[in-house]
Amino acid sequence: MRVAPVMLLLAACSGSGPQTALEPQGPIGRDIDGLWDLVLMLATFVFVLVMALLVWAMWRYRERPGDESEPKQLHGSSVIEIGGVVFSVVLLAFISVPTVRGLLDIREVPEGDDVLQIQVTGHQWWWEFEYINETGPGGSTLITANELHIPEDVTVYLSMTSADVIHSFWIPALNGKRDVVPGRVTNLSLIADDPTPPGEPIPGQCAEFCGLAHADMRIKVHVHTAADYATWVDEQLAPSAQPAPETPLDAGWQTFSTLCTACHQVTLEDVEGEVTTHGPELHIMSDDIEFRSSFGPNLTHLFSRDTFGSGTFTLDADHLSQWIDNPESLKPMMPDRNDLANGKVLGMPDLGLNPTEIEEVVDLLETWR
Amino acid sequence: MSGEVQTIRSPGDRGVWAWITTVDHKRIGLLYAVSAAAFFFIGGLEALLVRTQLFGPNLEVLSAEAYNQLFTMHGLTMVFLVVMPVAAAFTNYFLPILIGARDVAFPRLNAFSYWLFLFSGLLIYSSFVLGGAPDGAWVGYAPLSTQLTEVVRMDFWTIGLSTLGVSSIAASANFIATVFTMRAPGMTMLRMPVFAWMSLVVAFLLIFSLPSVAIGLFQLFLDRNFGALFYAADAGGDPLLWQHLFWIFGHPEVYVLILPAMGIVSEVLPTFSRKPLFGYPFVVFSGAAIGFIGFGVWSHHMFTSGMGPIAEAGFGVATMIIAVPTGVKIFNWIGTIWGGKIKFNTPMLFSLAFVAMFVIGGLSGVTHAVVPSDTQQHDTYYVVAHFHYVLFGGAVFGYVSGVYYWFPKWTGRKLNEVLGKVHFWLALIGFNLTFGPMHILGLNGMPRRTYRYPEGLGWANWNAVATIGAYTILVAFLIFAWNIVRTHFLAKGERVGNDPWDGRTLEWTIPSPPPVHNFDETPIVHSLDDFWHQKYAENEEGRAVRIPAVTGGAGDDVDWPGAEPGTPEGIHMPSPSYYPALSSLGIAITGAGLIYLPWGFAAIGVGVVVMIWGLFGWSLEPVTKEH
Repeated sequence: MRVAPVMLLLAACSGSGPQTALEPQGPIGRDIDGLWDLVLMLATFVFVLVMALLVWAMWRYRERPGDESEPKQLHGSSVIEIGGVVFSVVLLAFISVPTVRGLLDIREVPEGDDVLQIQVTGHQWWWEFEYINETGPGGSTLITANELHIPEDVTVYLSMTSADVIHSFWIPALNGKRDVVPGRVTNLSLIADDPTPPGEPIPGQCAEFCGLAHADMRIKVHVHTAADYATWVDEQLAPSAQPAPETPLDAGWQTFSTLCTACHQVTLEDVEGEVTTHGPELHIMSDDIEFRSSFGPNLTHLFSRDTFGSGTFTLDADHLSQWIDNPESLKPMMPDRNDLANGKVLGMPDLGLNPTEIEEVVDLLETWR
Repeated sequence: MSGEVQTIRSPGDRGVWAWITTVDHKRIGLLYAVSAAAFFFIGGLEALLVRTQLFGPNLEVLSAEAYNQLFTMHGLTMVFLVVMPVAAAFTNYFLPILIGARDVAFPRLNAFSYWLFLFSGLLIYSSFVLGGAPDGAWVGYAPLSTQLTEVVRMDFWTIGLSTLGVSSIAASANFIATVFTMRAPGMTMLRMPVFAWMSLVVAFLLIFSLPSVAIGLFQLFLDRNFGALFYAADAGGDPLLWQHLFWIFGHPEVYVLILPAMGIVSEVLPTFSRKPLFGYPFVVFSGAAIGFIGFGVWSHHMFTSGMGPIAEAGFGVATMIIAVPTGVKIFNWIGTIWGGKIKFNTPMLFSLAFVAMFVIGGLSGVTHAVVPSDTQQHDTYYVVAHFHYVLFGGAVFGYVSGVYYWFPKWTGRKLNEVLGKVHFWLALIGFNLTFGPMHILGLNGMPRRTYRYPEGLGWANWNAVATIGAYTILVAFLIFAWNIVRTHFLAKGERVGNDPWDGRTLEWTIPSPPPVHNFDETPIVHSLDDFWHQKYAENEEGRAVRIPAVTGGAGDDVDWPGAEPGTPEGIHMPSPSYYPALSSLGIAITGAGLIYLPWGFAAIGVGVVVMIWGLFGWSLEPVTKEH
């Protein structure tokens, strides 16, 4: 605990924050950073050399008062030209070999049964994650949003596409970015060294301009030990509880099941023990890409997350009430351009709920952990 | 030659109408310059608003909606309405003079290019009062740019860029024809000043690259307005097609922006070092090589888009190769000042700063060629830093150097040196304060085009520094503006004769400002830097030796153009014409109609009629008037 303020101070002094690419937290990030260090070193060498020549020439050959002589009219020198070209080519060759090698490394498709496959769908303006290998009872898969949970030291292979415009998935500490393109599947590998402390996930965010709330399309990566990850998976695969009729929480459920399930899916177990998934069907995006896509984030375990609004706001009752009351007061969106029939969602609408209804809905959501 | 300034003007050459109908390349150059300066201050204001919003975490100076419009318009303005027209201003004014011509090859087409540029700029800017400016970034990636067809913002961008492209193609064809057909006797290609060479390379780059983006923009327009599906992924279209079409234009465009500035620097450094340009043929051919290779590196803007490792490796290595001719230029510029006698006048300061800043921008460019590293830098503030080092510390400093260098030729007065030096140091410091920290911000994970950022990511301090730097740049350029107003409009600048800098090229042989017909007698050129060699010989040590002043006369072996007063009578200059402005107005009206389909069909009808009227009048106009 005493270390934390010191670390914060160090972070403040060095100027790099948790989203930096310069302090990688996994082997892929480290490889890229190593390449950067090499290029930075060579570039610094060239910079110092050229600046030294330039500044020295400016100083040495400045016009001095009283000096009436004229300079020698040197027109050029093939030796210097060829030397300069050879010098540049050698230097660049020195960079190009590790570049191509590093490129082939980071683009390698990981193989083996222990690779964790996750499908990522970019939406305006949030991220959907489907863990296609983590299946629960009845074959349902684990679907969550914005907060990615992965085990330490395991290769995670993301297959990504977009439900609307081009996004770019980027966790600087783990790997470079990769565009998320509608109609195509792109891939990215992530490997993290160590579990992240609770409440301090590795941050990232969308890096390709995707419209109004591009700045508020963030990602948090929670890294767990293998055991903690397994526990998390089990919790996520279990349904949450649907309030029994006539109980205090049922009022919130009545509102939720009439309005919120127009976009949001929840998987709930009712008092008779029957598990039902409420909300719109997941839709297949195109014939070629068998990704399943939601309209809005799956809320079954909403309060297992730290944040909402795509990693933008701390998840607590106050924030959530404000969000439900007037979403655009927190995050810019264009809900009036939603076109659910065509799978187009540009934001959460103001549903016009009164304060009591909002409180009831928030009370209900808080039980879905 | 007396120091008296002579201009030959007919009575009809005064007033607004004279400027609208002018076909004089010098006046059109000045029109380009003034328009670009106005857009520069507007684009700068947009940048300041953006920087103010980013001064601290989660500020609410601008809404996301306003922010996205402002950064889009800043980029679009600076590229298409500032740097390109500034380059066009210099090229218009000086290309004919530098090659010893009296005008460009097609003077009325030249006027057409200018008016179409201006009307396109005004059309794009009218969007601010017509419901909002384009907000999809200057690159307008599909399908974001085709997503909201109910909102016409991106149509202003599609149409505006298309008509600007027509203007650029017309200007480029004109400059190519000028260089190939209008050179003075003896002005062989390898005696042309580097600036003229770079203008030629740029004209070819535009002619070959603009069609690609024109096709892309046409498809975007059809997607947006007629339900075409070129970029609609769910209907089998391909969003990446747009990126390829855009960057096949967009990368050569980068060299379109920088090469003329390199040309200016290659004129200024020798003049103020009192030495010839080191390795002239290497500088020329490296410029041409950059032009060629520049067509083979476009996909380095797409290293994260998922092209596959083979394509990425190929484009990465090609991008490194382009660093070689660029490096050659740097060596030669240093070689030029090496051993010289350097005068640190303001134009020289800006040119030297150009070299230094361009080295930084060039080196950070090489780091983008390292593909794995680029996947971290792409679309972050690191890239913003990189291209501002190239386009502001590089191109803009180069053009500012050109303004200080050639201002005496435009107006007959020198800009104030003290104000110039204050401008220079504030601009240099402000520039580095603004864009230096952005390297760090980008590497620390700050993406570009984000209207706000949270606390706790370590970005606040450097953003604050960058914003302070941006205001420093504002102060610097207000001083620049004051210097221009004071020198020219308040007539307080020092009056100069033909050749205030002891120059090397033909423009310094003629009066400041030049007469309408430039040269009383067509100059005959004997060598590179002909004017210098009229004034200086070399002794056995290779040092320059002043040739005693020559009084011109028959039988004199020194052909110093303009050394003897010529007879300006009987020189045919093209007549003024309002048809070029009229036909470009017709195109702009047509464009405005296309934005507001289907109601705009009425405007399209009017616009097409006006355009055809203009083109008919233009082609049937008799050339009778003489100066």
